[in-house]
Amino acid sequence: MKFAAEIFGIGVFAFVALMGVAFAADDLFRQHMWVLLFTLAAFAVILMRRTSFAPAAPADPSAYMDEPIRYGAIATMFWGVVGFLIGVVVALQLAFPQLNLEPWFTFGRMRPLHTSAVIFAFGGNALIATSFYVVQRTSRARLFGGNLAWFVFWGYQLFIVMAATGYLLGITQSREYAEPEWYVDLWLTVVWVAYLAVFLGTILKRKEPHIYVANWFYLSFIVTIAMLHVVNNLAIPVSIVGVKSYSAFSGVQDALTQWWYGHNAVGFFLTAGFLGMMYYFVPKQAERPVYSYRLSIIHFWALIFLYIWAGPHHLHYTALPDWAQTLGMVFSVMLWMPSWGGMINGLMTLSGAWDKVRTDPVIRMMVAAIAFYGMATFEGPMMSIKAVNSLSHYTDWTIGHVHSGALGWNGLITFAALYYMVPKLWGRQRLYSLRLVSWHFWLAMLGIVVYAAVMWVSGIMQGLMWREYDAPTTWPARRAAPCSSPARW
Amino acid sequence: MSDKHIDEVSGVVTTGHEWDGIRELDNPMPRWWLWTFYATIAWALAYTIAYPAWPLISSATSGVLAWSSRGELRTELSAAEATRAEYAARVAELPVEEILADDTLRQFATSAGAAAFRVNCVQCHGSGAAGSPGYPNLNDDEWLWGGTAEDIRATIAHGVRFSGDDETRYSEMTAFADILDREEVATVAAYVKSLSEGGDPAGTGADIYADNCASCHGETGKGEPSLGAPDLTDAIWLYGSDVGEIAAQIRTPKHGVMPAWQARLGETTVKELAVYVHSLGGGQ
Repeated sequence: MKFAAEIFGIGVFAFVALMGVAFAADDLFRQHMWVLLFTLAAFAVILMRRTSFAPAAPADPSAYMDEPIRYGAIATMFWGVVGFLIGVVVALQLAFPQLNLEPWFTFGRMRPLHTSAVIFAFGGNALIATSFYVVQRTSRARLFGGNLAWFVFWGYQLFIVMAATGYLLGITQSREYAEPEWYVDLWLTVVWVAYLAVFLGTILKRKEPHIYVANWFYLSFIVTIAMLHVVNNLAIPVSIVGVKSYSAFSGVQDALTQWWYGHNAVGFFLTAGFLGMMYYFVPKQAERPVYSYRLSIIHFWALIFLYIWAGPHHLHYTALPDWAQTLGMVFSVMLWMPSWGGMINGLMTLSGAWDKVRTDPVIRMMVAAIAFYGMATFEGPMMSIKAVNSLSHYTDWTIGHVHSGALGWNGLITFAALYYMVPKLWGRQRLYSLRLVSWHFWLAMLGIVVYAAVMWVSGIMQGLMWREYDAPTTWPARRAAPCSSPARW
Repeated sequence: MSDKHIDEVSGVVTTGHEWDGIRELDNPMPRWWLWTFYATIAWALAYTIAYPAWPLISSATSGVLAWSSRGELRTELSAAEATRAEYAARVAELPVEEILADDTLRQFATSAGAAAFRVNCVQCHGSGAAGSPGYPNLNDDEWLWGGTAEDIRATIAHGVRFSGDDETRYSEMTAFADILDREEVATVAAYVKSLSEGGDPAGTGADIYADNCASCHGETGKGEPSLGAPDLTDAIWLYGSDVGEIAAQIRTPKHGVMPAWQARLGETTVKELAVYVHSLGGGQ
């Protein structure tokens, strides 16, 4: 019988959720378990409607498993629209505070919804879908683990739903980019281990002698995110049927753990993972060989070795000891060239195919993505230098930097990959309209460039105003109260 | 799949690997890239020698430049002290009334006083100086011991009923529990309450008031700052505004204590505090 085990498993899971409702230690947990119960019940009903008692046709073990990737492509688009829309809403909330609708739709709850939706729902689905696509084709092997890939896909969607509804209900552990509470974290851990098993299993049963560079990057992303996620979320729950938990770390150690995680979420999720995407889709779309194998090896190892130490630059001029701030800064500066290695390899892969930038808007989108990548990975090390950071930190400049990376690099490379992948996944000859791709490209460019430029202006202005406030002529106001002043923001 | 071939466009040999049609050229790493990478590493090493960087077992290397963020803060603070020295010196030598008369000095003293207030005074008077029962509100225009800048300075300098200072503001209201019976206390409490609401000064209880209270609080109830006797005709009550609370205060008065600050903070800071408190709204 089709889906028998799945329906049974979801039924048990739903029962656990119902018990969570019944024995909840606090109202928030009860509400969240109701959400889980209804989500699982809806899923069980859908599966039951699609079940059949005829014996399922065995899957062709030699064919690629593309159905979860098709779902992933759709999920990427869906969560992209949701995430960007919430971004517009939170921006409007800053301008029109009356749009803060108590209690669920206030800025404080909507902002993590935006960041998580864009990074983890949009970016995460793009990474899972493209990694499944790339690993099969560059290993000439079907995804390992049978329906485990489906578990990864749906399990990840469930994580997104639980995280998002939790934020709106007011459930948060207040860790940047890791706001979900302990039970949602545990669920993501299960899903992520399954993801690692599918990906690594596929690589292990590959029919190619070597592992392609894109897969190094995808694998480093999966392994490191697992480590970061587990360590950053080490916490003791107050009750196993309650939302609240306490971090295993305290004070400055807690802050450093959080930014060790937070910075490497950028480094391994948004950089390494998406470089994997670039290393497959750029040569495929350009129909050119990768520029330099040696460069790819050196910049890969340098990137993953150096990135992991750079987190302390988020805590310049704080209680973090001077030595840790110094190391965070110098590792960030050393990261500049390893990051640019990816840009060079991406752009130089186009040598011999530069004419396509004129004719193929998908290539144009890839080039723009790599250019934004290069700009953001120059701006990042620069902002990590303490002298620059004392101006840029706690201003809109940081938000502008993140968006030129997220929209320019992650967004454009994802859309370019989708434009390459979707016609192949659905067996079409070509995209519906290249003119629309061109419109997409120019509108995106206009938006991102204006966004980044506006945030530079306002960010530098804010930084200068902080300095003015901080100038010695106004110091009597804070002479006796240095703790209450925004030291060096 | 391991057959090397020459890429026709670039003339560069490939590594011989191929995945899903993707080959790799065997180009060397760009020299400028490599040398810039080396340069950042060299710079990083030099920087970590110059500044605090490498963790040891229970401390970290402090760097040959002996720089620290705490040291930098100390330097900046003393630089700031130096720039304000000229103003601070003038605050120290002038009486508060003259500080008030000079715009620059007044602004300087007000912001300095605000900072000192946040550290030393908010615990009792509140961050907005609005007080709480037993601790006077400093924003209104009732002053137990006088509301001129000099009065305020003297109160801050020497405190109220503070045993460690000979010049402290001192007064104690008589406990009338032994003098008046309960009924008389209730009557005069209602009379005092009526004064604050614009009632008849010759109403019931006026005679008890005249015999027992007027000597300190004045015949019309306007109070006497030199004795620390509060004005009873306004709606400001230190220990509660209902008749029961007023009666309790008549029978067995509570007396607040404020420390003398001059010995702790020095004359200059006390002057700055006086200018700040005077600026809050009710200074006379």
